Amino acid sequence: MKKHLMFGAVLAGSLVAQNAAAVDTVQVDGSSTVFPISEAMAEEFGNANRGEIRVTVGLSGTGGGFKKFCRGETDITGASRPIRPGELEECKKNGVEFLELPVAMDALSVVVNPQNDWVDHLTVEELKKVWEPEAQGEITNWSQVRDGFPDRPLNLFGAGTDSGTYDYFTAAIVGEEHSSRGDFTASEDDNVLVMGVANDQNALGFFGLAYYLENTDKLKAVPISWKGSEPVEPSKQTAGDGEYQPLTRPLYFYANKASIEEKDYVEKFTEFLFQEENAELVSEVGYVPLGAKVREAALRVLADREVGTAYEGSEVGVDVVETLNRKKHY
Amino acid sequence: MNTLSENVLSGIDYASISRKNRSRDIIFASLGIFVLFIAITTLVALFLDLAMRGAPRLADPDFYTSFPSRRPLDAGILSAWVGTIMVMVVTAVVAVPLGVAAGLYLEEYAKKNWFTDVIEINVSNLAGVPSIVYGLLALGLFVQTFGMGETVLVAGLVLALLILPIIIVSTREAIRSIPSELREAAYGLGANQWQTMSMYIIPAAKPGIITGAIVGLSRAIGETAPIITIGALSFIAFLPQSPITGDFPFISFEWLNSGFTVMPIQMFGWVSRPQADFQITAAAAGVVLIIMTLAMNALAIYIRYRARKS
Repeated sequence: MKKHLMFGAVLAGSLVAQNAAAVDTVQVDGSSTVFPISEAMAEEFGNANRGEIRVTVGLSGTGGGFKKFCRGETDITGASRPIRPGELEECKKNGVEFLELPVAMDALSVVVNPQNDWVDHLTVEELKKVWEPEAQGEITNWSQVRDGFPDRPLNLFGAGTDSGTYDYFTAAIVGEEHSSRGDFTASEDDNVLVMGVANDQNALGFFGLAYYLENTDKLKAVPISWKGSEPVEPSKQTAGDGEYQPLTRPLYFYANKASIEEKDYVEKFTEFLFQEENAELVSEVGYVPLGAKVREAALRVLADREVGTAYEGSEVGVDVVETLNRKKHY
Repeated sequence: MNTLSENVLSGIDYASISRKNRSRDIIFASLGIFVLFIAITTLVALFLDLAMRGAPRLADPDFYTSFPSRRPLDAGILSAWVGTIMVMVVTAVVAVPLGVAAGLYLEEYAKKNWFTDVIEINVSNLAGVPSIVYGLLALGLFVQTFGMGETVLVAGLVLALLILPIIIVSTREAIRSIPSELREAAYGLGANQWQTMSMYIIPAAKPGIITGAIVGLSRAIGETAPIITIGALSFIAFLPQSPITGDFPFISFEWLNSGFTVMPIQMFGWVSRPQADFQITAAAAGVVLIIMTLAMNALAIYIRYRARKS
């Protein structure tokens, strides 16, 4: 046992000696939806500052990421929805002030099987009829969705109920966040949903645009009509100019203000996120880069150190520039 | 009335009973081979499937020496396999001595009373606790209460806790299987208890103890849930500091405090990406992980073989 005690002492000694030669490290965590963007940025930023600044990215999810962020453990956290009031309270309690910065747009695509020849578009009202809680066990056939649709079973596929994708979809379609029927095939892994819709003629599903764009040969995207408008098909184009509504949502980075002010390398990385030439990275991993106006507004929020969030909860069909110019509350 | 017993005696057809038993033997043996066949075919099919899908990346030497990347064809597993080995070293160094010592104590030293009974039941129960519960324990205790951070050390400790019951139980089994004559002979020659343990019991139980330790470590190497729970990273483009340094005292424990990622997490991240090429990368990482596990088992078999021979 003496040996073990000695080993323990050595371990303890090495713990005390930690951080002596630590290299500047930006700690990023958060949403799995935002992860590909964080990873791409971290990779390029790391390459540009080789040996001097490092960036690490965790994958705790939006909620898990906020928990760590509000304890001050991470510098930046990715989020696929705005911060919730409860999380804001937690940040306040620990004195963590933050800047809310949109980093990209994501479109939720509604998809069907390519052999589905009856759906040319769907309205938000029709989608609501299918997905609202009252539809459970009631709306089970395509013929109930619209007159003229064939008499075929309706098989639904959707994002897992813990995901920000599910929260946004329900807010936009059902009108109430986190509320929908429960009898659909849910998965946190969007590739499972892709496979499900691709193999089922009667399927209807939704997930992030990137998963549709990678599988256009196996899926058919459904154009969406909102408030009587012309149906719009999801694409980087229609999401970028705000035409594809209400299913286009911003993705965010929340940056710790104290980190930015005390560690110049965190500020450098945050600015890096909004440089024009890096918008291409966002596009490369399947998301819609921000326009010049949004980037300018975000950089202004960063420069002015405007603390707080512009949201009271999830909002549908937002104009990102407008939210950035709003008065923030903290 | 003696006709009945006569009939019974003479009515026994020994040849048919023997034939029946032999055919039962054959049926059972074929059933056993069939079950074994299913188990092995599943493993081989799974492995071949992964290997075929991952072949393009497996054949690329850069795969083993690059960091993860947003481009599936540039993404490598360097930080993941180094992280996995470092975490396993910590796990082995913590769990094996503790587990063996605890098993030895419970089997040889502890008095049989209600207290040891409670410990015994708890150890067996711990072996069945889902791994995520250990992750939550580590998150609350090591990461948040002790403020140790999401480091190699914490990951090693949580996996060590996870496999401790396995090592304790297998150590006890190994010690129990040693004939008590050996123990009595040692005492008879005047050895005290510690001498008996260190010179006779432990060496004799070594093959069993090593097997238990490796079974435990093989379980730990594939664990994802507790490591994700404590907050392991998914993208890390540098390696923990080398344990050997150029300056005095030439050994550094800095790597214990480093952030890290491990093979199963890297795979988990890649599987859920939209680009089809990431599936290839994930399959290739799966093959490497299986080979690492097999290599560890092979090492165990070799050590056991050596131990038995001496």
